[in-house]
Amino acid sequence: MIKNISNLGDAALYCDFGEEVNKEINSEVINYFKNIKEKNIPEITNMAPSYNKLIITFDLNLTNFDKLKEKINNITLKNYDDSKNRLIKIPICCDDEFALDFDRLEQNLRISKDEILKNFFSKEYFCYMTGFIAGMPFLGDINESIRLKRLSTPRVKVPMGSVGITEKFCNIYTFESPGGWNIIGNSPIKVFDKYNNINPALINPGDTVSFYKINKEEYKNWNE
Amino acid sequence: MSKNNFEVLRAGINTTYQDHGRNHLYHVGIPFSGAMDNRNYLIANDLVGNKKNTPVIEFAYQGPLLKFNGGKIYLAITGDVNFNIIKKNLKIEKGNCYQTYHFEDGDQIDILSTNKSVYGYLAVSGGFNVELFWNSSSTNTKSRIGGNNGQKLNKGDIVQNLKKQKVHQLKKLNYFNSRIEQIRIIKGTNYSYFSEAGKKIFLEKIFSVSKLTDRMGMRLEGPKIENIFDTNIRSEGLIKGVIQVPPDGKPIIMLSDHGTIGGYPKIGSVISADYDKLVQLPAGSKIKFKEVSLFEAENLYKIYSMETQNILNQIR
Repeated sequence: MIKNISNLGDAALYCDFGEEVNKEINSEVINYFKNIKEKNIPEITNMAPSYNKLIITFDLNLTNFDKLKEKINNITLKNYDDSKNRLIKIPICCDDEFALDFDRLEQNLRISKDEILKNFFSKEYFCYMTGFIAGMPFLGDINESIRLKRLSTPRVKVPMGSVGITEKFCNIYTFESPGGWNIIGNSPIKVFDKYNNINPALINPGDTVSFYKINKEEYKNWNE
Repeated sequence: MSKNNFEVLRAGINTTYQDHGRNHLYHVGIPFSGAMDNRNYLIANDLVGNKKNTPVIEFAYQGPLLKFNGGKIYLAITGDVNFNIIKKNLKIEKGNCYQTYHFEDGDQIDILSTNKSVYGYLAVSGGFNVELFWNSSSTNTKSRIGGNNGQKLNKGDIVQNLKKQKVHQLKKLNYFNSRIEQIRIIKGTNYSYFSEAGKKIFLEKIFSVSKLTDRMGMRLEGPKIENIFDTNIRSEGLIKGVIQVPPDGKPIIMLSDHGTIGGYPKIGSVISADYDKLVQLPAGSKIKFKEVSLFEAENLYKIYSMETQNILNQIR
């Protein structure tokens, strides 16, 4: 449930679902997001779901904070069937050329590259949110033994397709971008497709993702 | 399809197609985008008789040099812009903003610079023929979507025009872009993260606009705003106008092409009524924040929208 709705500036609702970050709370955020989206409320211009918050922006020409807050407070929710969320399988190549931070990970975590990868590939990950750059999924939770902070100085350019881990999350850089996550490999597939008019993001909040390893040759031939 | 087009002889620094922006994609990481200064965008389209959501060319600091090929169109420039019109016979005429010009085959427009502002707008009768993504032609270079394949205009590009249906009259508007003394804000959701001294600095000291400012964000230089709680928050959504304070204590204001998720505490949000003015502040400009209530912000927006409408009514 929404614990509190406050205003973020004069044209957005800031819905707070509580302090904790876990799958249950995040699933509630996503459930609200899907319910509101389906109602196509004309005053709403955008929604940004995250771990435990939902930000709803609105057209100040059509409504205001108090009116929309009341509407959202009185919304009738239906539960979406979890089984409809998809499992998406993502190939990644972890050759040295792509796995930029293995030295750092091995040193700090005190386990070998093989162990790190074994841990990483053994789990399925839940998509908490998508964003920062177009289509970038925030996936969790990774095994405790492979959690490490961000780089102290972020890279100016992380190559497109890079798969990164930090703290309890992993992600995919859908574009070349600045970033500070520990890079363990690269995926050749298109996670953001601007020609897809229905949904340009391959991975959406609520989806489940698993990764599998491919070799360099498979990587190079992937898009041919 | 009309054969009218512009040839880009010089692209300028940051020249993109923009319109009213793009809704409903925050959740996949795509911000609104759209013209930075909405009022000047609306006026530009109105001056050439275009519909509200017609794409225009937005430029920052230095604009493009364009050569027109085709038959008779109208164009207008808005903002605080220094430009010349070079007729086919090479006669150069100094251009005035907020005025419609008649263009014929071979005429050129040379947009030299913005004066004491950042963004200017070029609207052409009929608009430009640019691709849409999610109902908007606004170029977002970071996600490579929108007009010109998601990229800035480049030298040698051809800008296609759409044909204008009805004949238009030459128009002129007396409008001056206002100077800024104050940017009004509403307290942010992490206001309590900052020390009393830090809040005082935020609301009482003068900040200057850094050179590291673009369509994504405006960085400010000034005294450090002290955070006494935590310099990070759990990553969550951002919106345009939000003022984040990273660990170095220097505020960053999110602008139209901002990243959709961030993890720095939010000390405030610029009110909607002051956004167009804010984005026009060039590097080095001095700004001072003033806190207003939500109720005041809503009223100020109503007044601002009414003013915009009055300006547009002068054109019609």
